[in-house]
Amino acid sequence: MAETADTPTAPMPSRAALSALSQAEAVTAGVAPERVEDGKRIITLATVGFAVVVLIQLAFDLGIISWGFENWRPIAYAYVLWGIALGFGLVRMRGAAGHRSLFVLPAVLFTVAMVIFPTFFGLYIAFTDWNLSAFEGRRFSGLKNLYDLFNDAYYWNALGNMVFYVAAVLVQYALAFGLALLLNADIRARKFFRVAFLLPFMLSPVAVSWMIGKSLMEYRFGPVSRLMREFGWDNPAFFTSPWIAKFSIALMDAWVWIPFIMIMLLAGLQALPKELSEAAKVDGANKWQSFWQITFPIMLPVSVTAVVLRIIFQLKLADIVINVTSGGPGGATDTVSSFIFREYRDRSNVGYGTMLAEFYLVIIIIFVTLLLNFVSRWMRKIN
Amino acid sequence: MAARSLSAHHYPTKVITYGLLILWAFICLFPIYWTFSTSFKTAVNVTQGHLLPWIDFAPDWKGWRSLGLSPDTIFETSTVREEFLKRFENSVIASISASALAVLIGSCAAYGLSRFTYKFGPMQNKDISFFFLSQLILPPVVLAMPFLVLYKELALLDTRIGLILLYTLMVLPIVIWIMRDQFDTIPLELEQAALVDGCSVWGAFLRIVLPIALPGMVAAFILSVILCWNEYFFAALLTSTNAKTLPVMVASQTGSQGISWWSMAALSAAAIAPLIVIGVLLERYIVKGLTAGSVK
Repeated sequence: MAETADTPTAPMPSRAALSALSQAEAVTAGVAPERVEDGKRIITLATVGFAVVVLIQLAFDLGIISWGFENWRPIAYAYVLWGIALGFGLVRMRGAAGHRSLFVLPAVLFTVAMVIFPTFFGLYIAFTDWNLSAFEGRRFSGLKNLYDLFNDAYYWNALGNMVFYVAAVLVQYALAFGLALLLNADIRARKFFRVAFLLPFMLSPVAVSWMIGKSLMEYRFGPVSRLMREFGWDNPAFFTSPWIAKFSIALMDAWVWIPFIMIMLLAGLQALPKELSEAAKVDGANKWQSFWQITFPIMLPVSVTAVVLRIIFQLKLADIVINVTSGGPGGATDTVSSFIFREYRDRSNVGYGTMLAEFYLVIIIIFVTLLLNFVSRWMRKIN
Repeated sequence: MAARSLSAHHYPTKVITYGLLILWAFICLFPIYWTFSTSFKTAVNVTQGHLLPWIDFAPDWKGWRSLGLSPDTIFETSTVREEFLKRFENSVIASISASALAVLIGSCAAYGLSRFTYKFGPMQNKDISFFFLSQLILPPVVLAMPFLVLYKELALLDTRIGLILLYTLMVLPIVIWIMRDQFDTIPLELEQAALVDGCSVWGAFLRIVLPIALPGMVAAFILSVILCWNEYFFAALLTSTNAKTLPVMVASQTGSQGISWWSMAALSAAAIAPLIVIGVLLERYIVKGLTAGSVK
């Protein structure tokens, strides 16, 4: 982090110009050697101070020394102070380049503290046997959680369900594309339709769970159930048989998320030059042909962005499942997140739940990396 | 001939287009209508499936009375209303503070990444951007337990500050994504002129660039507020009596209320009403935020 150096090798000439310009300014400002020393001293001092505070608290926590802070909150303050000192030191040391590094420093320090550290801390928890409701507390259990994971049929079942939910994204995409085309057509009251179509995306999944899952689709009095009875389905139970339950959840999920894909595609459609479809019309292509031969290929990059983003979000699907079915019947609608949520909340099984989560993270990272690789290779082949 | 073929050819497509549009608008709006109308129903109206107020059923304040928000109870003390207002307040404070914080540090980072070349050890601009964006992949379950433990140690469990920090983390990648796209569209000449005039880098950023980038910031802020307002997972695990937010309250009522749909409907309606107002009034910004970076 301390190696902030400005290298004027930007690919864009204008950007390099700005960079060179500010570097010239840095040279004229002249970072005197004593300032560099000064900056180094500030950073070293702050780092040592921070380390001492952490060590003291650690020693107190482990019972080695008898005085310390009541909780770890002062360590968080110390981290903030250390960050500020680091910023000061960098400015002192590097002048304008230091000023420039101040732009990203807060976000980087924040993310490191909030993500990197907890994830690694989570790795440690994952290898412990720790149940909040048990009396013994935390103890190291080696690979036991991992063995349990491989033998946990419900977990693998939840992973299998994720395949279904991710595949459902493609259906959502198809529907969203249709809706985007409709909105892009020459219609009146476009603003009204756009707002109406966007609204489901804005509602909280928890509220949607009740509004749709627990009342509209309620077995006895729900209007959707009534409608289904009218259509001749005598027993419209949406959440009792495994596959129907799965589709019901996918339906609600689609209701919430189709607007997201639709808005992205609509922006893509609106950016298309009008001449393209005109030219196709002159060439005598009908709508169907001109869509498949012109619109769809041009829209491919936008489509890929939308679908990939949507898949990434879909991997976190939990709220609706937690609140409507709690994973039932028999785990048929469970997502990995909702399964782990219950592991935490109902069984207080912290160690095991964290192992499940970390394992899921590894799968996600592998899957998304492969997906991005595949997509970029595919896009290159097409173009 | 041309005119005739136009009308003959376009009439059916027009009908189909509007038919589909209206059908989908109905699908989108009916659940919302249903929630609001059910909050004015009594048990009979619910069980008999009445849909239209004044025609089918006589509107009743029953649902809102159970929340303490009907005209006849609004001036009386009501524990439910107090509970509801507390949750509402928590949601407002958590989502607005987290979004403001995310837009603040996110805009700075996005500007830096858009304008300067960095080298933090092996990490260059591309890698730093990827580092931020890759946070989107991280599922909440991975962070939930470590945070439960850490927050306990930091005495941040069940506090608004704890929630705000987590929500900031959640929306930060999205803010950086939107703002970088925004800054990339602002021509460099403006800042160059300012730098020549003797402005510092920060001066040029604050005085020249930020005012131009304001629409993007508003878009990022509004999208963040929506996402934070709706967040359930972290709130359910990390908060209890003090910092519990509205979605957690809605979820906890779902099971216990049984068939008293009117009060659930009133609660859900109150929880989604602010979002509907935002959606109708600020749709332009939401669309701007969602489409940032997707169309080049």
